[in-house]
Amino acid sequence: MGTASHNIATQSKTLPCEMTLENLTEFPEGRRVLTCIQCGTCAGTCPYGELMQYPPRRIIGMLRAGELEKVFTSDSLLECVACYACTAKCPRGIDLTGVLLPLIKEQVLLHLPVMPAELQKALENKLRYGNPMGESPRKRAAWVKTAGVPVRILSEDPRPAEVLWYVECYTSYHPRGQDNARATARLLHALGIDFAILGNEEKCAGECGRLSWERGLYNTLMEYNMLVFAKYQFKMIVTSCPHAYDAFRYRYPIVGFNYRISPVPPFFAQYLPQLKSILKRNLNYTVTYHDSCCLGRHNNLYEEPRALLRAIPGVKLVEMVHNRVNTICCGGGGGGMWLDTYYKTKGIERLSERRVKEAIATGADVLAVACPYEVSRFEDALKVLGHEKKMIVRDITELLAEAIEV
Amino acid sequence: MKIIVLLKMVPDVVEELEVAADGKTLDSEFLRLIANELDAQALEEALLLKEKYTGTVTVVSLDAPEVDDALFTALAKGADRAIKITGGDGALGTRAGAYLLAQALSTIQGLLPADLILTGAQAIDDLDGLTAPLISHLLRLPQLGIVTKVSVDTAAGVATVLREFPGGVRGEYEIKLPAVLGIQAAEKPPRYVPVAKVRAAMKSQVIHSVPAPMMADGGVALLQVAAMAKPEVTEHAQMLRGSPEEIADQLCEILAARGLV
Repeated sequence: MGTASHNIATQSKTLPCEMTLENLTEFPEGRRVLTCIQCGTCAGTCPYGELMQYPPRRIIGMLRAGELEKVFTSDSLLECVACYACTAKCPRGIDLTGVLLPLIKEQVLLHLPVMPAELQKALENKLRYGNPMGESPRKRAAWVKTAGVPVRILSEDPRPAEVLWYVECYTSYHPRGQDNARATARLLHALGIDFAILGNEEKCAGECGRLSWERGLYNTLMEYNMLVFAKYQFKMIVTSCPHAYDAFRYRYPIVGFNYRISPVPPFFAQYLPQLKSILKRNLNYTVTYHDSCCLGRHNNLYEEPRALLRAIPGVKLVEMVHNRVNTICCGGGGGGMWLDTYYKTKGIERLSERRVKEAIATGADVLAVACPYEVSRFEDALKVLGHEKKMIVRDITELLAEAIEV
Repeated sequence: MKIIVLLKMVPDVVEELEVAADGKTLDSEFLRLIANELDAQALEEALLLKEKYTGTVTVVSLDAPEVDDALFTALAKGADRAIKITGGDGALGTRAGAYLLAQALSTIQGLLPADLILTGAQAIDDLDGLTAPLISHLLRLPQLGIVTKVSVDTAAGVATVLREFPGGVRGEYEIKLPAVLGIQAAEKPPRYVPVAKVRAAMKSQVIHSVPAPMMADGGVALLQVAAMAKPEVTEHAQMLRGSPEEIADQLCEILAARGLV
C-alpha cells in the first residue's frame, strides 16, 4: 500500500476490536450512552436541533426501544456537523459526537436512499487522492515554491527534524489555505524552528472520515499515514488542522501513535516571548475570534489563540455573543463542508452565515480563525450576506505573519 | 437474469497527461488509471437491474494498473463475480480491446449466453463509442448505444430501452435479448460503497484471473498509433477593454470584419 496502484489497504495489522452498535455495551463509553436521562439538553444546544427529525435525545430513546432503523433511512443526521455542542453540555457526560453519532451515521451511509453527490465525491476523493477536493496528490506541496522561506520536504531531505508540520488538505490546496501555509512557514522560520513537511506523501488525516460516516476510509488513511510517519524521525507533530489534531490525539493511538502532537496556535503560544520581540508592526485591527469546535469545545484550547492575538500590536480583541464553549460551528464539521448544496436545497440556513452575523454585530474589522475550513466558509458567508466590505477573515497565523513583516 | 459488465481502466486526468519519449504513448511515470466513468454507469445500471429482476452481475476487465481496486469495489457494490483477463497487451486500442474481450467472453466458461452485456457508451480514450458496437458485431448480437434507461420483460425475452439523441430527443426501442447496450447514464447516480465494505470484499472475495485467449492472425495489430502530441496553442484569446459602450463597439467591429453580422 501507499503506492499509486493500491489505495485501499488490507495487509496492515488488524485493528483492535472496534465499537459497533451491536457491541456498544462492552465499552465503558458505550455503556454511558444508556445512562441518558432524556433531558433534551443535547437537542437544545444543537445548532440544527430544531430542524432534526431525530435529535440526539430521540436517537437514544429509539436505541433503547430497538427502533433505530427509522433513523438509518432518514436524512436527519446529515444535519449533524459534529460540533461537540451536545457532548459538551450533556449532564451525563455522554460523548454523543465522538461515540454514538458516528456509529449511527455509518448506518445512515449504508441505508440512505440517495447520498448527497458532493459528500460522495469528497469521500471518494479522499480515498483516491488523499484530499477531499480531488486535487492531484503530486501537487500537494506545490505551494512550497511560493513560501518565501525554505520549507524542507522529508522525502527529498530525510534528516531528522524537530517538528514535523502536518499541513493538511485545505492548507495545502485551497488558495486561501495556502496563505495560511505560507504564513505558518514564515513564522516557523522566523522563530528558528527546525521543521519539515511530508510534502506529496501526506494524505488527509481522516478525522472527518470517521465523523462523516466513513470508518473504512478513516482506517485506510490512518494506516497509510502511520506507515509514512514511521519512515522519518522527528520529535513532535504540529498540525494546521484541528480535525487532524483530533484524529491524532484520540484515534491514532489505537494503532500505536505516540508522537507529541500540537495544533499550530498552542505551539506558537509557547514562543510568545520570542514572538513579541518580532511582532513589530501595528495592525490597528479590531478582531473577533471564532473558537473552532475541535480546538475549543473538544480540546479546551480557548486561551492560546487569544493570547497570540493579544500579542499583536494594535489588535483590540472583542468577543462574539457565543464564544468558547458556546461557540457556533462554522458548519463544516462532520461532512458539512460538503453538504452546502444539500442544506441549500432543504432551505436550511448555513451555520457559517449565522456565525458571521454574530461577528458583524461585534463591530470588528477582522474575523480571526484557526481552522482551515473556516476561512473559505466565512468569506463565502460574508459575500452571501453582502458584508464582504465590512469585515475580512484571517487565520491567526496570517495576522501574526502580517505583524512581523515591517 | 444474467448480466455482464465490461469495465475498462482509462487515464485519470486529475494528473496532467504527458506524451512519452517515443512520441506515441502516454508517459506512464505519473499516469494513474481509473475506471471509465460511463463503465461505472453501466455497472450501476446492471446492479439496479439485478435488484429489480434478480440475477447475477459479472464484471469483466482487461488487466491494467489499479484494476483490482475497481473490481473489488464492484464486488462490494453487489457484483457477483469479477474476471480479470491477464497477459494481453496493456496498450490495446478500442478495436483490438473489443476483439480480445469478445474472444474472452466466448471462451471463458459460464459467461455466455448472457441476457445483457453492458458497457459505457464512450470512454475518454474512445470518444467514438465503438466498444459496444464492435462487441455486438463479433458476438452477432443486437446493440444500442447512448442508453439511459433499461427495463426487461424476461418472459418475452425483450428489453425496452431509452436512447438519447442530440437536441434532447429520446427514442424508446425494444431490443431482443441477448443484447449489447452502451450505457450513457444509469437511472441513479453510481452508488457509494463504504470503504469498509471494499476492504471486506478484498478479504472474502476473489478476482478470477484468466489468461488472454490467443488471437488468430495478429488480430491485435488492427490499429497503430503513429504519433501522439499535445494540442498546439496557436492563438490566444483577445481581451476587450473599456467601458461597456466601447466594448460593444469593438465587438460589433470584430463581428462585422469577420462577416458574422
